[in-house]
Amino acid sequence: MTRPTAAVFMLATLGAAAAAADIPLAERKSGYDFMARETRAMQDDDTVNPATFWVLDGETVWRRKEGSAGKSCADCHGDARTGMKGVAARYPAFNAARGRPVDLEQRINICRTEQQRATPLAFEGKELLALTAYIGEQSRGMPIDIADDARVRPFLEAGRAMFTERQGQLNLSCAQCHDDNWGQKLAGAPIPQGHPTGYPLYRLEWQMLGSLQRRLRNCLFGMRAVSYPYGASELVDLELYLMWRARGMPVETPAVRP
Amino acid sequence: MARALINAPAKAKRGEVIEIKTLISHVMETGFRPDGTGKPVPRDIISEFICKYNGEEIFRAELFPAIAANPFLTFFTVASESGTLSFEWTGDNGFTASESVNITVE
Repeated sequence: MTRPTAAVFMLATLGAAAAAADIPLAERKSGYDFMARETRAMQDDDTVNPATFWVLDGETVWRRKEGSAGKSCADCHGDARTGMKGVAARYPAFNAARGRPVDLEQRINICRTEQQRATPLAFEGKELLALTAYIGEQSRGMPIDIADDARVRPFLEAGRAMFTERQGQLNLSCAQCHDDNWGQKLAGAPIPQGHPTGYPLYRLEWQMLGSLQRRLRNCLFGMRAVSYPYGASELVDLELYLMWRARGMPVETPAVRP
Repeated sequence: MARALINAPAKAKRGEVIEIKTLISHVMETGFRPDGTGKPVPRDIISEFICKYNGEEIFRAELFPAIAANPFLTFFTVASESGTLSFEWTGDNGFTASESVNITVE
């Protein structure tokens, strides 16, 4: 009697494993595709997208001399429209000095402390969001291109594990929603595939710009899981995996999301 | 100084209906939200918006606490003559902001 039960169990397990597979590359959709017409219109027109305010502030910060070195971002990198083109599409990227990947926010703060000799900008503060949005916008429309080499691999795998393993009091994994059940509804809102194509983005719920880490902490809180602090290596690994998972998709920064 | 973005056509034909889009950066704090200690955050909103076309008022709006941050207002007018469209926002705590754009009517 036990044998058929085991076989059924085996089949069920196989079925679950098949459902948890990665989304085929051609079937990936940006969060934009799940939005209402009105919300899309906000993102499509820079004079209607409130994130433009952060981009404009970012340009000011880019040109402002900072720290005891008295240097601005522009003093080293020149015009961001040429010098920063495609940069955000490559982050998180491996940083040799730190021996691990860093995200764009961390990269900006490395420049601030080591080149400008200034205090690092606070995560989720107005200036760091503005600078990230300004740099991110220079990659708009370019394909996400995460280096997938031997140095990055272990961190990518750690990020994948964080995405696929169940966690929190609800015993949920990210993949259960964003790989297996995208397109379905969660409390009336569509579940997107979770591609971070437009960060930092203007979220209507937040009424302001926010980073990918803010969104991830938001999700983790909803799962009743450990909400890592801003800049935690666990969050950067997850950011890395998500950007790799969205490889080839166009950058939308600064996007609008409901 | 608050930033404002205006999207209005620089050129229009006489008699044409034109759309004017305005967006201004403002927190629009409702006055009903508690802060970390449980006390309500004082209200801080834009309460009035006026658009003038060559000095003549063509559109006015009252704004209230339920309006989202960074208010976006869009409206239409008839392009009657070349000149200036001016925009003025006023609100709590002595908030004022103004912006203007030129329009050529042919």
